[in-house]
Amino acid sequence: MRLENIVLHNLRRRKGRAIFLVIGLLIGVATVVTLLSLTDALGENAQHEMEKFGANIILSPHSDQLALNYGGLQLGGVSLVAEEIKQSSLVNIDSIPNRRNIALIAPKVLGAIDVEGQRVMMMGVDPVAEFKLKRWWSIVGRPVQQGRELVVGNAVAQRFNLAMGDTLKITGQDFTVVGLLAKTGSQDDQLLIAPLSVAQETLGKEGVVSMVEIAALCHDCPVEDMVHQLQTVLPGVDVQAVQQVVKTRMHALDQFRVFAWGVAVTVVIIGALLVFVTMMGAISERTREIGIFRAIGYRRRHVLHLVLMEAAIVSALGGVLGYLSGVTATLAALPFLDGGKATWQWNPTLAATAVVAAVVVGLIASLQPALRASRLEPSEALRAL
Amino acid sequence: MSLIKLEQVTKHYINGGDCVTALHEMTLSVNEGTFLGVMGPSGSGKSTLLSVLGALTNPSSGTVTIDGIDVYGLSQEKQADFRREYLGFIFQSHNLISYLNALENVMLPLAVTKLSTAEKRQRASSMLERVGLPDRMLHLPQQLSGGEQERVAIARALVNNPPLLLADEPTGSLDSATSQQVMNLLAELHQGGQTIVMVTHNRENLEWVDRTVSLRDGFIEKDTSDASGTLAQAM
Repeated sequence: MRLENIVLHNLRRRKGRAIFLVIGLLIGVATVVTLLSLTDALGENAQHEMEKFGANIILSPHSDQLALNYGGLQLGGVSLVAEEIKQSSLVNIDSIPNRRNIALIAPKVLGAIDVEGQRVMMMGVDPVAEFKLKRWWSIVGRPVQQGRELVVGNAVAQRFNLAMGDTLKITGQDFTVVGLLAKTGSQDDQLLIAPLSVAQETLGKEGVVSMVEIAALCHDCPVEDMVHQLQTVLPGVDVQAVQQVVKTRMHALDQFRVFAWGVAVTVVIIGALLVFVTMMGAISERTREIGIFRAIGYRRRHVLHLVLMEAAIVSALGGVLGYLSGVTATLAALPFLDGGKATWQWNPTLAATAVVAAVVVGLIASLQPALRASRLEPSEALRAL
Repeated sequence: MSLIKLEQVTKHYINGGDCVTALHEMTLSVNEGTFLGVMGPSGSGKSTLLSVLGALTNPSSGTVTIDGIDVYGLSQEKQADFRREYLGFIFQSHNLISYLNALENVMLPLAVTKLSTAEKRQRASSMLERVGLPDRMLHLPQQLSGGEQERVAIARALVNNPPLLLADEPTGSLDSATSQQVMNLLAELHQGGQTIVMVTHNRENLEWVDRTVSLRDGFIEKDTSDASGTLAQAM
């Protein structure tokens, strides 16, 4: 017979209250674990998806002059003939320390061509990278693949009355329209999009690209670091970070986390209050019993020990079951969220933190009731006899 | 030899803003091996006297010495140790812990000692055998009769071999036949040399005691000297 036996016997005897406390803590811990697990899984997936969604670093030929265009509007008669970027130099991108954080590299060549007597902008792209990067593009038909194929911008299609399967003669060569780009409201509406190598040949720009869009993001590497690394390996190329894109992405992820933590903290406070109120009730109910313990020679610390041990056992049980319930809920919810693409990964830190936090919250919430119990004067407690 | 010495013990209570004096400068000496019965009407100070003897209620003034120890000169925690080592309590309503069986209830005072589990079990079971409950050890209190519960309470009070047994109306909730059995058991303990202080309303229980103190309004109204000639003084 030890104090532990008394605690276990009491828990068995007062199953209802113990189960109530365990369920209360279980719900709290499960909610927190579910939220944090989902935040991790969805955040990871969201980050991965966002990395591919639009560029946040742009490589362009070096120029000493300031650009005189804004929102597609060209000002003045400044004609900027900058040197193009050598396509062969792009392999250097793979040598930067943060190369793993680069999700996509989308090189493109730009140039004006004559179509039925009118000047039109042709853009040659790496089809796989470009169409992944421009997730917002909506194409009737299909993206270009190889050969003399075109995806036609909305304004160009209207101007030349082009439809799927039409043929367009450019510099004496026949190009087939395989896709029509829905209206974007941007400069993309003015483009004829062709495979990179075909466009380079048509424009007479073999082996060069006009600009490169890069999608990269990670938590622990500021995009400015990557810009600096790219500048080092690509001399003569201007590297610019699109700060707004980066910050918006980070802000979205941070907001998600703040929300999850906010709910978690609220749930923890509610759980602590539940434990506090229940333990206070239990102490009132056990006044007589505590009086007996004190009368037969239990020290205050023995009573404190009894109450806190009970709280610790119940809290640990609530923590373990809550963690398991939270993981189960996460696994059950993930297929319905984010198109089922997000995956759960076991996080030992979260598991340990859930159980330890449940015990700590249980003990802190029980401390006042336990102190109250231990301070009960035996004569006062026995007066209820 | 005096086991208990109360000197000029006064106890005041604040009750609804009024100061009530439960014990008035009481001086009392009880020899080792005495079976002392404490009588008196409600409010006479019996329970307060038992609480003061049991290191449960600090007196407002005066000293209480048991086995040479100034009980209220001890710290709170030392008083708890004192209760465990020197005193055994038998409460009016048995006050067994409902979720522990008879054996575990008897082992309760030993749970905070350093004895081995086997030793605790052995002591508790032999105590239950001594009070005539060898076949009731694994029964919960609610599965025992009132008399059996009282005997479990007595076994619990004795399991630490305390020099002093304090009993508060030990037959208060029992029928006369069961009361007789319990009083026989106490008498048997007394014959074995156990010092007992018993508060009772029942005059029949005084047949077993060798000294009686009657209280009224916090004073000792009447005292019979015990066999060894101890005299109580009423102020």
